[in-house]
Amino acid sequence: MTVQTKHPAGAVPRFKVDLTGGVWGPLIGLIALCVFFAFKAQHFFTLQNAIIIFDQVTVYGILAIGMTLVIITGGIDLSVGSVLAFSAMTTGWLFSIVGMPFVPALFCGIAIGGVAGLASGLLVTYARLPPFIATLATMTITRGLANKYTDGNVVSGWPDALNTLNTYRHFGVITATTAFFLLLVIATWAFLKYRPAGRNLYAIGGNPEVARLAGIPVRFYLVGVYVVAGGLSAIAGMANAARLQTSQPYDGLGYELTAIAAVVIGGASLSGGVGSIGGTLIGVLIIGVLNSGLSQIGAQTYDKDVIIGVMIAAAVAFDTLIRRRR
Amino acid sequence: MSNADTPNVAEGLSIRGITKRYGPITVLRDVDLDVKPGEVVALLGENGAGKSTVSSIIAGLVPPTAGTMTWNGQPYAPTSPADALRRGIGLIHQEMRLLPDLSIAENVFVGRLPTRNGRVDRAGMARRAAENLHSLGLDVSPATLVGALRVAAQQQVEIAKALTLNARFLIFDEPTAALGGEETDNLFAQIERLKRAGMGFIYISHRLDEIARIADRVVVLRDGQKVGSHATAQVPVKTLVEAMVGRSLDRMFPTIEPLNGREILRVEGLTSPDGTFSDVSFSVKAGEVFGIAGIVGAGRTELMRAIAGADPIASGTITVEGRPLAPRSPADSLAAGIVLVPEDRKAQGLVLEHTIGDNIALGNYPRVAPNGFVTPGAVRRFADANIRRFGIKGRAGQPANHLSGGNQQKVVLAKSIARQPRIVILDEPTRGIDVGARAQIYDVIAGLAREGLAVIVVSSDLDEVLGLSHRVMVLSRGTNRGILDHTQANRISVMERATH
Repeated sequence: MTVQTKHPAGAVPRFKVDLTGGVWGPLIGLIALCVFFAFKAQHFFTLQNAIIIFDQVTVYGILAIGMTLVIITGGIDLSVGSVLAFSAMTTGWLFSIVGMPFVPALFCGIAIGGVAGLASGLLVTYARLPPFIATLATMTITRGLANKYTDGNVVSGWPDALNTLNTYRHFGVITATTAFFLLLVIATWAFLKYRPAGRNLYAIGGNPEVARLAGIPVRFYLVGVYVVAGGLSAIAGMANAARLQTSQPYDGLGYELTAIAAVVIGGASLSGGVGSIGGTLIGVLIIGVLNSGLSQIGAQTYDKDVIIGVMIAAAVAFDTLIRRRR
Repeated sequence: MSNADTPNVAEGLSIRGITKRYGPITVLRDVDLDVKPGEVVALLGENGAGKSTVSSIIAGLVPPTAGTMTWNGQPYAPTSPADALRRGIGLIHQEMRLLPDLSIAENVFVGRLPTRNGRVDRAGMARRAAENLHSLGLDVSPATLVGALRVAAQQQVEIAKALTLNARFLIFDEPTAALGGEETDNLFAQIERLKRAGMGFIYISHRLDEIARIADRVVVLRDGQKVGSHATAQVPVKTLVEAMVGRSLDRMFPTIEPLNGREILRVEGLTSPDGTFSDVSFSVKAGEVFGIAGIVGAGRTELMRAIAGADPIASGTITVEGRPLAPRSPADSLAAGIVLVPEDRKAQGLVLEHTIGDNIALGNYPRVAPNGFVTPGAVRRFADANIRRFGIKGRAGQPANHLSGGNQQKVVLAKSIARQPRIVILDEPTRGIDVGARAQIYDVIAGLAREGLAVIVVSSDLDEVLGLSHRVMVLSRGTNRGILDHTQANRISVMERATH
């Protein structure tokens, strides 16, 4: 337990562990799962399968990035799955029915996701609704609006360029959407770890009054976090459209819960002030690896749900026990 | 271990050879203590001396590693706080353990709500709660939600709760830390009354003047051992303090240096929207320690929060070095060079789960990392420099909630002073802090004034305000009752104005 503070090489990791709130537990879990499936499933431990897992987690991985920011501030965003569909349907409607060129339509769709986040943020900060209620309202409204464009019908006929984003493997390895997801992970990681604004999010989640007295514009940050989560949901919507080659109003149903699960498995605390992008990435990969590995050993979808549910409970219980031990 | 206690005490509480170890660390070593019915025994000691461990063991929160206890001649080994309460022994916590969204009456009777015909007897509950509150000098409706009360009133609810528990033995852990003079007097009157009815007390406090007033005997702990046992009336304060800290204290307060600075802060006619303070005017010079005295509820905290931009202002002006300041948020006041070290460091001063380093760095990122790139190394270096400067006993990577109250307060001070402010407001800077750490914080306060800062100290501890300040402003019911120079200010002149 003793750490020599004079020895920088010894002190730095210690500091990092405390800040990320113990990402090591989930990481060990991820490695254990990979080892297990490597022995059980013949094709699991291959580069090809790793690429497929990354492709499969991209959509809810992007949602989980926004969710991490929100959860660190002590909030929650239930609307991300609905905003995903709302944004994709907005773009689809503008492109295929209104006749707007594709690129402006795409950016309009992303902007409308930000607007949905702005609505949640203003409800949380100025109307003082609890985040759960505010985003429940946004979730319901955006799902309704997503259906309204096409009376609930599917939008198809996306340009080939969009599909290519999710199908063409650059350098034979990585698709544009997956690369974009990983870039977002790195950017958000650096922001949360190194930028004063990122550090301030932890302070706000840890104790908003302390943050306010320290001169941090708490409301501005909170609104910003929901706007970013909304914008990222829209981007996830575009990645989803690229993947499925169609969009429908019920896309992303329940994805908010997968995103929350990934963030929580990654060691974030729903009471705020604790969490990290590294942890979230591990949480996302744990869910991806379980999905992939369990399919390969022939588990049914229902079994997968049961096992992922057990995993969530086990990860958080483990984390809580470790914390209490300290 | 030989001491003045009479052996073979059948009545009351008797503990013998109590030892408590956590792993390899011994926090309590072979402690004997006797409390007879109708007696108040004060337990003194610095933070970490083992006072709270003794009270936790007696109240059934933790079991002792070794040793025995008897209660009214019967063996006593409580397995839980509820078990201790059934035997008639209760503990009033230092930290409030109340439910903010329930009414005062419900809080007083939580877990044992009185019923009539199978329904909760709200009228009877309210009546009994009101009686107890009234006898403590708190005249608010028992239907008031506890969350709407200020700290002092919440503590009185906690005490009222204990008084309805029919306990025959109570442990008070710093009960007056949040109370003003009048509330303290009320509490002491209650304790005297209960003493006459045969109740025994252990009274833990850092306030030696209180102990002299209320205690029949004093037991001093240091490093988990009993180092002294005295009858109160015979013990000079200095002897007790020296026993507690294990070294002699030449002085408690630093000397007050002559003033020759220019005016830095001017407040004129400041009034709050809800009337907690009105038409308050004063000014503070560079190098001055400006004390603010008053009983709880006089509007001191609210006035300070308004100047710090944390609460709104209805009318009046604030001028900092000649420039007007109309703060709309704490950020505005901070930009003008005003920092507030708030009264409740756990709720307002620290992010308890975060590390000492992160807490010190909070709000200081432009100084931690001028290039805008906050590396863990930069945070640690910044924190280490402040840990050394303020003598904080802890490492940068340690969570703030692992620290004692005194060290937590030093972290808040470090965070605030690192901003290089021109005006420092300290609200109850030594509440719940042990004597040794207090002296260090007094030295910090005097040092800030010497560096030319304007320092405002708000305290319910009259000796502290008098000992530190160049001038003392007395607030009562939200208005300024006079500003006294330290040559004229004394307990009597201040209290006359405070209770006006």
